[in-house]
Formats: sequence, C-alpha cells, structure tokens
Amino acid sequence: MPPFRIRPAVTRPAREVDVLVVGAGPAGLAAAARLAVAGVARVEVLDREQQAGGVPRHCHHGGFGTWTHPLTGPAYARLVLAAAARAGAVVRTGITALDWAGPSALNTVGPQGPETIHAAAVVLATGARERPRAARLVPGTRPNGVYTTGELQQAVHLHGQRIGTRAVVVGAEDVSYAAADTVREAGAQVVAMVTELDRSQTTVARTHNARLRHRIPLLTDTTVTELLGHGRLSGVRVRHRDGRTVQLVCDTVVFTGDFVPDHELARRGCLELDPGTRGPAVDGALHTSRPGVFAAGSLLHPVESAATATREGVRVAAAVLESLAGAEWARHTVPLLVEPPLRWIAPNRVAPGDDHPYVLRTSALVNRPVLQVVQDGRLLHKEWLGTAVPNRTLTLTAEWTRLVDVTGGPVRVTLTER
Amino acid sequence: MTVTVNGPLPPGSYDVTVVGAGVVGCAIARELARRPRLRVALVEAQDDVGQGTSKANTAILHTGFDAVPGSLEARLVREGSRQLAAYAAESGIAVEPVGALLVAWDEEQLAALPHLAEKAVRNEYGDARPVDRPELYEREPHLGPGALGALHVPGESIICPWTTTLAYATQAVHHGVELHLNSPVTDVSWRDGTHTLTTTRGTLRTRHLVNAAGLHADTLDRHLGHHDFTVTPRRGQLIVFDKLARDLLHHILLPVPTALGKGVLVTPTVYGNLLLGPTAEDLDDKWATGSTAEGLALLREKGARILPALLDEEVTAVYAGLRAATEQDDYRITAHPEQAYITVGGIRSTGLTASMAIAAHVTELLAGTGLDLGPARDLGPVHMPNLGEAHPRPHQNAQLVAADPEYGTLVCHCERVSRGEIRDALASTVPPRNLDGLRRRTRARAGRCQGFYCGAAVRALFEGSRA
Repeated sequence: MPPFRIRPAVTRPAREVDVLVVGAGPAGLAAAARLAVAGVARVEVLDREQQAGGVPRHCHHGGFGTWTHPLTGPAYARLVLAAAARAGAVVRTGITALDWAGPSALNTVGPQGPETIHAAAVVLATGARERPRAARLVPGTRPNGVYTTGELQQAVHLHGQRIGTRAVVVGAEDVSYAAADTVREAGAQVVAMVTELDRSQTTVARTHNARLRHRIPLLTDTTVTELLGHGRLSGVRVRHRDGRTVQLVCDTVVFTGDFVPDHELARRGCLELDPGTRGPAVDGALHTSRPGVFAAGSLLHPVESAATATREGVRVAAAVLESLAGAEWARHTVPLLVEPPLRWIAPNRVAPGDDHPYVLRTSALVNRPVLQVVQDGRLLHKEWLGTAVPNRTLTLTAEWTRLVDVTGGPVRVTLTER
Repeated sequence: MTVTVNGPLPPGSYDVTVVGAGVVGCAIARELARRPRLRVALVEAQDDVGQGTSKANTAILHTGFDAVPGSLEARLVREGSRQLAAYAAESGIAVEPVGALLVAWDEEQLAALPHLAEKAVRNEYGDARPVDRPELYEREPHLGPGALGALHVPGESIICPWTTTLAYATQAVHHGVELHLNSPVTDVSWRDGTHTLTTTRGTLRTRHLVNAAGLHADTLDRHLGHHDFTVTPRRGQLIVFDKLARDLLHHILLPVPTALGKGVLVTPTVYGNLLLGPTAEDLDDKWATGSTAEGLALLREKGARILPALLDEEVTAVYAGLRAATEQDDYRITAHPEQAYITVGGIRSTGLTASMAIAAHVTELLAGTGLDLGPARDLGPVHMPNLGEAHPRPHQNAQLVAADPEYGTLVCHCERVSRGEIRDALASTVPPRNLDGLRRRTRARAGRCQGFYCGAAVRALFEGSRA
C-alpha cells in the first residue's frame, strides 16, 4: 500500500463493553435483548441511523409479528426496540462503526466524536440492501425518479416526499408488491410490474389482488433495457424474451429485490465470505471465521423475514453466552455448498449436531423438486418439496447434521426435479 | 458576490464574457478575476458549473508525457499540470500522486513503449522508465495474466474534477465575476464594438467574448461567421466500482495507444473507487449521454482482462460523457482580434489538466484583441471541502467534530458524508440546484447503495434548505 493512504493518528477515547452489536434491526435488537435478560451487564447496540429498528421502520405494511398478533413494520420495530431497552441493553443511534481497531474492537464516530469500543464479543447485524439501478447495469440516461424500494418507502412513509405520478416497478416478488403498495399510497399509478421470470414470485392471492383489484399489468419474461429522459425520467424501454420491445411512459421506476448484504465491516475485518450469499460464512452457531465475532440477520441471507432475523438474534445470543462462559471458539466444521440452480444456503458451514434449520434460494423455478444433502458421495438427507420458486424462501431441516464427518470433504446440497 | 439562476440578465456592458462554465471556462473566469478593473461575466446554459464534458471525464491529472511534442496541447498540459497541482494543494482539491503504468499486452504494444519513453523526454518529462514483467506484477499483483511489461510514469496523478471546477468558479465569484446559470446562448451578434448575446434570459452585452462552450463551441463560432472546426461528440462510457475494490489497484493503468485506438483504462479515483473506461464512440447527438448495453459489455470484457477480480465487485455508478473531438488532435484556441473574440475549442480530455494554462494563454490573447487588462492582483485563497480519501474527511477530524457535532452525524453512510458537510454545501458560494449538484459537492448518494439508505434523508435536507 502506498504510504500516502495512511490515516492520520486520531486520539480516540477507548471504552470496554461485554458485547457490542452492530446494527439495531430485528436481529441485533433481539440478540441484545436476550443477552441482557441473561444477565450480561454491558450490552451495547450501535446503529448509524438516527432511529433504531432497521428496515421494518419504513415497511408500513402488515406481515410482521405473529398470526395472533399481526403488526406493521414500524410497530414491529418499536416492539423489538422496547424489548432490548427494557432488558437493559444500551441502544445508541447515530453512531457509525467505521472500522476494526483490534480483534474484537471497533472504531466508531458520532456527534460526540470518535471512540474505540472493545468488546468480549462482537455481533455483526448490518443487514442488506437492494441493488440499485447502476449495480444492475441497466443502460440509459441518469434521470431523477429512479428508486429502490428502501428509498421509496423512506421517501413516502418517513419523509412524506412526493414521488412521480406513473411508476414502473421492476420485480414481482414480495418486496415488489410492497413497493407497488407504497407507490399507490403516495397517490401515483403503477403502470406495470416487470419480471424477467415467467411468473410472479409471491402468493397467488397477492398476485391476483394486484392484477384484478388494482389493475396492475404484470409483464413476465421481460427485461428493462433502457432508462430514458434527461432531468426527469420519461420512460423505460422493456424487452420481452421473444424480442418484442416496448416503451413504457413513466416518471418513476422502482428497482426492487436483488438484495446484497451490507458486508463492509465483514470485509474490512477480513472475515471469510460465503460466495453464494456474499455475507460472512457462519456455522450453525453463527460463528464467523474471526474469533469473537458473530453474525446474524439479513447480512447472512439477503433477505429473509424480520421474524427469521429475530429468531437468529435469539440464537446468536445463546452462542455468545457460551463464548462468554469460556467455550472454545474453534469448532470443527466443514463447508456447506450448494449447486445450481441453488444460489445460496445459510448458514454455510456445518458442525455435527447443528440443530437450526437452513434457508436457501433457487435461481430457477423447479416443480416438485427433491433436495439432497451429500458428503463425499454419502447421502445424508433427502426431502421432497413443493415448487421451488426464485426469490422465495426454501428451508432445509438440520436433522442430518449429526451424520456429518468433520474430517471429510464439503457437504453439498442439490435441488433436482423428481 | 453574484450568482444568478433566473430573471433577466443584468443590463450594461461587461468587459469580458466567457460562455461556458466548464472547467476551462471557470479557469478563464478565475484568471480574469485577477484583473480588478474588468467587469467579467461567466454565462452557462445549465443550472450548475461543470455540467458538460467536465463532469464525465477520467479525473486524471496528466503529466503530458504522451502529447504530440511541440503542439499547443503539449505545452499547456505541461504547464497546467504543475499549476493545477500547486493550486489543488493550496485549495484543498483532492489529488493522489499514484503514478501510471502503461501496460503492454502484446509484442506490438511492448515495442511501442521505448518510443513513448522518448516522446516523454521530448515533452520535457524525464521520469518515465520501463518496468519488466516481474516488477509489473509485483507492483500490481491483481493484474490479469498475460501482461508483458509496462512503462512507469510516476508523475501521473488522480484528482477530483468537480472540486477543481467548483474551486475556480467559487474563487472567481468571490472576486467579482458574475456567474449566470440557466442561460443558454441562442445567438450572438457583433456590432459597433459590442457583442450582443441572446439568451433564454434576455440579452447580455460585452466588449470581449470568450467561447468556452465545449461541445457547442462550433455552433457559437458559426454565429460569428467562423467555420474553422466541427465538434463531433465522442461518447465515453465509464463504470465506477465500489470502494471495497480500491485495494485491487495501486496505479493508474493506462492502455498503450496503438493504430487500433486508445483502449480503456482502469484507475483509482480520489474518492476510493475504481473506474473502468472509457469507450470511444463518435456520435452526432450532443445530448446522447446515456450508457448502452454494448458499451457496458465491452468495458466488462476489457476489465476482465486487465483486472479480473474487479468484475466481482459491486458497481456503484455508470455514466457517459461526451468529449469535444474535432477534425484535428490539437486544441483549437484562436484569437479573432477584429471581433474582440477568442475561440477555445477542441479541448479534449486533457482540458482539466491544462485548464489553468489555457486560462493564462487566453488572457494573453485577450490582451492582443485590444483589451486593457489593467493591473493584476493575487486572489484570496479558496478552501474547498475535501472529498478525497487520502486526507482526513471531516468525520475523521476529532477537533472538528468536537467543535461542531454535525460533522460527526453521518447521513450518507456509504460515502460517510456528514450533515455538517451537506449544510456547508447548501450554503456555499455556488450552491447546488438539485440533488445531483449536492452529490458532486459532497458525495452524498454517490456510494454503493445509491440512496437505498440515505436518499430520502438527503433529499429532505436539500428540500428543507430551499423551503
């Protein structure tokens, strides 16, 4: 590294806590709550946003909470925050964890200035974001009116900002339908939803509701090939798989889904990453490759529901407690790999006896598939699923993990048609 | 201090009017600001400075080692390079002296390197030296396989092009230049020693006129009866990669120019990104600043050869700029004393580097058109906010945060832009008129999330400042 990139020495006040959690979304807050309840004295959660709660803060739709206690996103965010605070965890917002200061220490900055926080254990729960237009390499001009769902929801629900009048929603998964709802709540019309796949990837009820009740056309097998307009977006050009192209007149376009983990701290800490999720590689106890550093939530699997993140927060808390009680860090694990059409699995390292279910994603639709788990040619597990749909959660039980040979090769998961 | 964006243009006559507030026009206006007796206007079609060719370049501060020896461009780049390096240091414009490697990928390119080294010497640059294969891979371990050698040009640097243009404009305005934005010039007439410019905001009168209209310099020239050159917009598409890719590269990797064209480069930016591009497409349309699927595919193919690991990184932005290519390779800077008029045309991608020398040259030419420059003064310095990663950003300055906690309150997380910096930009001498202008001044929303996290909050700050 050339010498001129060396940072100037900053004198930072240093402090110690027992557990430092980075990210006050459902995973981080659930972990902090559980740790504080278990009697860990100094549990601190940092969030760079001004408000804690993570992505649910701006998901003004239902689908959070439980069947018996359904909640909107903001209500859910308040609930998990209140639980953490009540348990005695310290939640500090407006504080950014900038970089590592040691094996399990982070440099931070906030309005009170820089600080170094040392911890016995660090939990990374930094979440995931949607790939924006540029990262998807969608050609065309760079007009205003181009959103991700995250920005759209914050603009409409947190800031009451005006968006355009006619919007195209790119994607047809759950988050895309949530984006379409937000567009309508903002008083704009959804001109069309566009997906490269041959069907929507949400429930039948939701698909029908959008098409029949709100009269939103769904263009399947269709790709956005160009954004048009100088200053403000004037339209998008789309192309059907059969080669037909058409220009949709709109002043707003929302790129939905295509989540990637916000893994900057993980990478700066040289944590081993999983090539599928691009989040830190973790075992069933959510240990990363860096001793003392755990990870949980959508950072590990971009993205699953808030409920999954919360469950994972609880689970990582149990592992942190064991670690604080002196458990050995180095568990014997082997890599857990997926083969196409599977895109990723999380966790992605396995130890015998890991007992929490796995989440997976497929990149292609497979009807009535069979999921098989194999190590060195030895079949460990086989299960039959309903249809495997891209952008929807698949789960795999953990009951086969006791059969894993830690001295053997990687464990492979395949998805094939029956 | 005068910056206008709407309403009729001021009456009365200016001594000098510069048309075009790109990096060259702003540099000329700044140079004229050293002459307190002159009343100077800077007229721009768009709503911000640096909106044409200046905003979409490769952001390199060149040494001029590969210019055509003896050309005007060679001289102005050589002089301008030193002047801008000094100005950047004094004004807080981010510069990193990373040096360049011209990488040879075949025998033809390898054979061209000694000639380039000789050419550098003829351009008064003596530090270029050959680098063999092992040293090349030691310097750039992530370089794709198959490179044969390189020419090392340690003097090449990277610079922030936006801050440069803005610093010139700010300093010019501080010293009396009147900046009129949103004023496209639709016609010019010359009568009785006065130019009358017709703009969408009314007319503007001036005794001397400088045409720094970039892509539109030929059009303006024709209004005054000159048909010396035609600007053919040459589109360059570029891909910006996430700053997590920064450690893949230590130098600017320049292509070796051959008969088949210039090829694409990979370079770090002062903001800590990597940049891949540009394409070179000759077009007719001076507004065709869109990227294309073919262009992006070509860049990715080239990038995969030069720096294979780069393609695994996230893309934070794609943009396309138009360079003002003419029939000749050299700059077209021409004085028309009979019309008290100077044309500054054909300023290619080296214009950023040469801008201060171009300004000095144009000022001399103006004197030759009968303009009495009057006494010169030293300009009071400008201090621009640092957007570069090589020097501490505001949130990294503990004393600054202690004095004003707004600098420790980060709004744009990917680029670590504080609320204090956004506030300062909104209250600056040449303030942003929209979110893109705010991004260029602060980097807010310029990062990997492109506004997923902060877009609405940044917009709220911007709109709040205008309410």
